[in-house]
Amino acid sequence: MAEVTLKNVTKVFEGNVLAVKDFNLTVADKEFVVLVGPSGCGKSTTLRCIAGLEEITSGEIYIGDRLVNDVPPKDRDIAMVFQNYALYPHMNVYKNLSFGLELRKIPKDEIDRRVREAARILDIEHLLDRKPKALSGGQRQRVAVGRAIVRNPAVFLFDEPLSNLDAKLRVQMRTELAKLHQSLQATMIYVTHDQVEAMTMGNRIVVMKDGIIQQVSDPLTLYNHPVNKFVAGFIGSPPMNFIEVEVVRQGNDYYVKNGNFTVLVKKDAYEKVKDYEGKKAIFGFRPEDLIDENIVKPEEKEGKLIKARVEVIEPLGSEIYLYLTSGKDSFVTRVPSHYKAELGQEVGFVVDLEKSHLFDIETEEAIY
Amino acid sequence: METRFSSKLVNAVRKGPLHAAILLICLIWFIPTFGLFVSSFRPANLILTTGWWKAFKPPFVFTLENYYKVITTSNMGRSFINSLIISIPSTVMPVIIAAFAAYAFSWMKFPGRDALFLLLIGLLVVPIQMTLIPVLRIFNRLHLTGTFFGIWLAHTAYGLPFAIYLLRNFIGELPVSIFESARLDGANHFDIFFRLVLPTSMPALSSLATFQFLWVWNDLLVALIYLGGTPTVAPMTVTISNLVNSYGGGWELLTSAAFISMILPIMMFFFLQRYFVHGILAGSVKG
Repeated sequence: MAEVTLKNVTKVFEGNVLAVKDFNLTVADKEFVVLVGPSGCGKSTTLRCIAGLEEITSGEIYIGDRLVNDVPPKDRDIAMVFQNYALYPHMNVYKNLSFGLELRKIPKDEIDRRVREAARILDIEHLLDRKPKALSGGQRQRVAVGRAIVRNPAVFLFDEPLSNLDAKLRVQMRTELAKLHQSLQATMIYVTHDQVEAMTMGNRIVVMKDGIIQQVSDPLTLYNHPVNKFVAGFIGSPPMNFIEVEVVRQGNDYYVKNGNFTVLVKKDAYEKVKDYEGKKAIFGFRPEDLIDENIVKPEEKEGKLIKARVEVIEPLGSEIYLYLTSGKDSFVTRVPSHYKAELGQEVGFVVDLEKSHLFDIETEEAIY
Repeated sequence: METRFSSKLVNAVRKGPLHAAILLICLIWFIPTFGLFVSSFRPANLILTTGWWKAFKPPFVFTLENYYKVITTSNMGRSFINSLIISIPSTVMPVIIAAFAAYAFSWMKFPGRDALFLLLIGLLVVPIQMTLIPVLRIFNRLHLTGTFFGIWLAHTAYGLPFAIYLLRNFIGELPVSIFESARLDGANHFDIFFRLVLPTSMPALSSLATFQFLWVWNDLLVALIYLGGTPTVAPMTVTISNLVNSYGGGWELLTSAAFISMILPIMMFFFLQRYFVHGILAGSVKG
């Protein structure tokens, strides 16, 4: 098992396409780190650089204490699981698992022991004689994971391993992979574009955009304290609401204000918004951080209320998504399933100030 | 039931013309072959005086004499062996070389790769006749004319551009991640080629081999130029063409000789039909 360190890693593809820029990250031993971002953000390229499938343009990659820049993929002590499984179509499951070990000249009985052990862990013992063609998507995925397990590598790399599975199976495999990480106690780096996967699986999450790291932190910090508007909007579903506002001062209090509502800035952020007085900014709040005004005491509504009109009602069974408009601004909120509202009705919601955010309109960095 | 029957009927009527056309084409192809087959069992005087269809009217006169004569007197046995000696290496050599080349063109990075491949594709359109004289002169100097080795080289060279082209299409379409996965598993180019590419390319290799074998087996021109008519090396095509010359109108011998030369391709077609069809579709249809 090992730590993985990337120092100032940059990857430029032919034709001057910048894929990864100045990437710095240390993945601790036994840690499960998820790289997440929209397609084309450089997350897969970063993973492939760690694997050695892509040469890095500059920077250094360490696996354990060893600089691996010039070490070929097979000697990096890593194993990778691919999105399309990459099973060898003409070999049965057993052969697929043993192939890498045979090439490494590991004794036959040791190979057999490891293959059966991996098959047992993944519950694919009964499939060992089958060819990949005769397996379902989920089974293929298990074999692909098994091929990594038998190698007993220092680092596991996963490149969107669940994207080809149907939704139900994906949820199931997600928990299984998380369990696997706990039982193997291995360093794992996992790439996905699915923020739910990222949130549920990672010890730490690396959010990337345009080849640049936006934020590295544990899932809850990422959710509650995004460093910029991109991270705030990327993590969470439905995404955070953003409304353009102006920061104003009335007496000792700061407010954010647009044509339709005026809401207080949270008290402990006054120091941070001081310089923004009279300037435009972006106010952000998550759909679940709006509270139905009818269950809030009148004295607690003051400076927090937003009135809006119901445009669309999406009942999900367990809860309801309400799409609301307030003037020219629209936003979404989630309410309990017993909430009653009609289309076009005027409703009021109270903002949970402690969980609200404000972003600079130019840099999109979080002000608080 | 009613609707199922009527929909079947509609289907049959709709596809009727297609089936009729296919049947017609089959007949057009089959009748001469069948005529040849029947004629090869008729005595010489009957072949010359009546059409083959008359064989089915009394008196039914059939004989094996044509086959007997051809095999014993006109070197057909030796030629059959020669054809095999020529065709098998002339199939194996280009297929193996083309597989290596196709792998390199698809999955190895080296300078000038694409230019070289384009040049190779360009060679597909060079007519064989243009090469005969220059190659023959080179062969003469190297004393390759009239030898099996010489004609193996010639057939290999003539077959390679198409063979590489066909195999590259197939091998190049194999998913990248399989190769990457193999590299991570510790495989080098040789491991990947022999343990992954060759086994997964079997359908393409078999269809290519079938094509190449039939082409060499039926070839007259290349054999005539580089081997000549020497009985010790002449393949069946050359020997059969000599039958006409030496026997003038020896029809009855031609029929049986031609049929002997057809046996192997026909058997191959029946046994390897699957690959044959696959080969025709290779590159045009995925999966």
